[in-house]
Amino acid sequence: MNSIGRAGRHGADVRSDCHVTCELRETGGIDLEVQSKVDWMFGRHLREQARSVLATLGVAHARLEIRDAGALPWTLSARMEAAVRAADPTVQGEALPVSAAGWEEGTTRGRLRRSRLYLPGNEPKFMINAGLYGADGLILDLEDSVAPEHKFAARYLVRNALRCLEFHGGERMVRINQGQLGLEDLDCLLGHNLHVVLVPKAETAEQIAAVDDRIASRLGKNHGVLLMPIIESAKGAWFAYDIAMAAKSVVALAIGLEDYTADLGTQRTAEGTESLWMRGAVVNAARAAGVAPIDTVFSDVGDTEGLRKSVKEAKALGFDGKGCIHPRQIQVIHDAFAPTEQELERALKIVKAFEEAQAKGLAAVSLGTKMIDPPVVKRALQTIDLAVACKVLGPGWKDMEAVV
Amino acid sequence: MSDLVTNAAGRAVPTEINGKPAVPYKGVAGHRPEGRKAGSPLRSCADYPQDGNKVVGSLREALERCDLKDGATIGMHHHFRNGDLVGNPVWNCLAEMGLKDLVWAPSASFACHAPLVKYLDNGVMHHLEGSMNGPLGEYCSAGKMRGLGVLRSHGGRFQAIQDGELEIDVAVIAAPAADAFGNANGVRGPSACGPLGFALADSLYAKRVIVVTDNLEPFPCIPWEIQGQNVDFVVQLDRIGNPAQIVSGTTQVTRSPDRQLIAEMAAKFVAETGMMREGFSFQAGAGGITLSFALYLKELMKKARVKARFIRGGSTKYLVEMLNEGYTDYILDGQTFDLDGVKSMRDDPKRHLPTSPFTSYNYHGKGNFASMVDVAILGATEVDVHFNANVVTHSDGALLHGIGGWQNCLFAKCTILALPSFRDRIPVLVDRVTTLCGPGELIDVIATERGLAINPRRTDLIEAAKRCTVPIKPIEQLKEEVDRLTGGPPDAPRIGDKVVAAIKWVDGTVIDAVRQSRFL
Repeated sequence: MNSIGRAGRHGADVRSDCHVTCELRETGGIDLEVQSKVDWMFGRHLREQARSVLATLGVAHARLEIRDAGALPWTLSARMEAAVRAADPTVQGEALPVSAAGWEEGTTRGRLRRSRLYLPGNEPKFMINAGLYGADGLILDLEDSVAPEHKFAARYLVRNALRCLEFHGGERMVRINQGQLGLEDLDCLLGHNLHVVLVPKAETAEQIAAVDDRIASRLGKNHGVLLMPIIESAKGAWFAYDIAMAAKSVVALAIGLEDYTADLGTQRTAEGTESLWMRGAVVNAARAAGVAPIDTVFSDVGDTEGLRKSVKEAKALGFDGKGCIHPRQIQVIHDAFAPTEQELERALKIVKAFEEAQAKGLAAVSLGTKMIDPPVVKRALQTIDLAVACKVLGPGWKDMEAVV
Repeated sequence: MSDLVTNAAGRAVPTEINGKPAVPYKGVAGHRPEGRKAGSPLRSCADYPQDGNKVVGSLREALERCDLKDGATIGMHHHFRNGDLVGNPVWNCLAEMGLKDLVWAPSASFACHAPLVKYLDNGVMHHLEGSMNGPLGEYCSAGKMRGLGVLRSHGGRFQAIQDGELEIDVAVIAAPAADAFGNANGVRGPSACGPLGFALADSLYAKRVIVVTDNLEPFPCIPWEIQGQNVDFVVQLDRIGNPAQIVSGTTQVTRSPDRQLIAEMAAKFVAETGMMREGFSFQAGAGGITLSFALYLKELMKKARVKARFIRGGSTKYLVEMLNEGYTDYILDGQTFDLDGVKSMRDDPKRHLPTSPFTSYNYHGKGNFASMVDVAILGATEVDVHFNANVVTHSDGALLHGIGGWQNCLFAKCTILALPSFRDRIPVLVDRVTTLCGPGELIDVIATERGLAINPRRTDLIEAAKRCTVPIKPIEQLKEEVDRLTGGPPDAPRIGDKVVAAIKWVDGTVIDAVRQSRFL
């Protein structure tokens, strides 16, 4: 009996995607059926690509039906591969699109993570240009935004996106699924320019250790892939510190408030009183463990002022970053996390005073008549680093006169 | 069909169009026709009612009194866009009158005119000179129309009427407000639409002029944008326009993040290169990116405390807000895209002024507003690496849009085409545009989501852009990026040989020909 696999989507509202049906056969060679809205421009390319993907996967006899709504080559390839694998999970080989040179370089622990843009993992049209908007990180999401019947195919789409799409300096993040499914996601994605893994519904240190072990088993102990567990339950909040300490690859703790408030048996409000303890607890746990606390998403895309207020609040609570679901939120988040003029002015004064005191060999630092403690100096230096990173202060600030 | 010759842009074009000789394109300003302007026949007021009442009983009666013959040319206008309720009844009357081989010369046609396909089929209408899209565009693209389609810019239509290339036998002017003498404007009444500038040439040059209204006011109907002295008959209909459709879908700010990014970068470019300075001017019509551009520019003007002297519309509520909030002294409005614009033109006539293709776009004018504008932001369907652009056909060659004022606006001091670099898998940046509508020497900047490209001819802009924070790249590099993404370049479309339409340049010469599409 011939086995059939399907991947992708078709329909009037589908754009930049395709649907592939693969029927594996015993004999008869390759039979291609292509319906494409760009057939007159790319029909030849598309057929060549289909034959090449099938050859790479070692498929010699199959009927491949492609219904294409202007999918880019990396999407076509992902859909074809997923359809073949759905038909026969034992297929060997991977149809990997060529990745640009230099993209395999890892990320760094200390980089800015003010904004992270969520992109549904089964929706290529949103991924294509997502790197252009300047987010610190882009999350290709395999969890909540992907319907169960598309989870398998989305993996290959996300893998190919990691390989082919220019993120313009944004960190390459993936939110994997919960539990075993998430570990299987990793098997598909590791080794393909993946920087950060977001682990949903983190509740125990063991969960995180399992993810880290899975990565280590593929890439070695010093794998360089960073983890961002998402705390989104009462239990997770309680064990936040343990979760942050579960592996040295943990770089940040993020929070998710929809699930958390549901877990508490309460409603999420604009004021956020119901999650105040949790947000404080996670910030504290993260700082205690030496990782960054990252706030949840702001889901009302139309409410710019609300977002600005929400980011200011997150910043005041001690968070370093915020999630977003629309590109227009990115700049608002960056602006709100940037030090204010007054903060920066004060920080520069403190650092100048500190340096003058050091040059004079004085142990105590004073500004005007006030003594300045070492933590204040440390905080001022952090503010200046952030200002440089946010480009509100040039890197040559030391050579400038104070901006007063 | 006449032989094709290669024009100055390297395009094969016909030398004869619908039995009349046509001049191949000679370059941006290579053509200087001589002679005197065309004129309408002499009339005598003795032949018109002395009480000034020119109202006749029906549209049919008015048309019958125009002495129309087979082959006559009917002029109409697109103030109501897709909400036009006059075009179809006029053609029904013409068909009932037994006329054949008529030419339709609308300033633009819309999807609502789809029923007219039957008159092309049965011989009442011979061909169409004006923009075509929807079913009429498909009909022409499929090679079914008996004559050649002729696409002109708004200015080009005025030029063709003035130099006698386009002779209108009867003009039917739909007027939201009119009096019995024929004075008319577009700012009042249930079908209020803004200015009636597109109909101005017809009112002056057509052999017969019919004003059709659903809002007959006592004399005098002021302002008299259309003057009753030029009008033969006035007809009352129950409804001439559908207000919901007069406001078209292109008047919404884009919600696409890619398009917002394009608009934002274009606005920053205008600000950072110093074009946005006290007393500057810009043109921003309908279209999601353009409207979004105006909003971003407004924010930058606010920060820099800069005020424009004038903005050229297509006006919308966004431009009206800029006027009311003090970001510009004037709106000079060629057509009005929403009801806020109509209201503003009606209630604020000293600052929100109607313009016509005559003031702004006409090749035979002694100068044009369009070339005085500092920055014009426009769209396109394709642009090539020499900055040549297409605005009328899809990449498969099928007619998709009219030229509108697009060609005329290219004469601005800085013309920016703001467009995505590809749509789905279809590249917008190409090696050679399918149909040439605008020569690259007039197109200064391409703004895409992947950055801007400046025409190498504009060394001054390239120098000024060194201060810019937006990414600026050679156009070849942008195209390479697109080809890399789309897996291109694509195969050339298999377009037929048969010429189905001619694209006129602003001076009346033929800049390109549209071939039959194989996909219809």
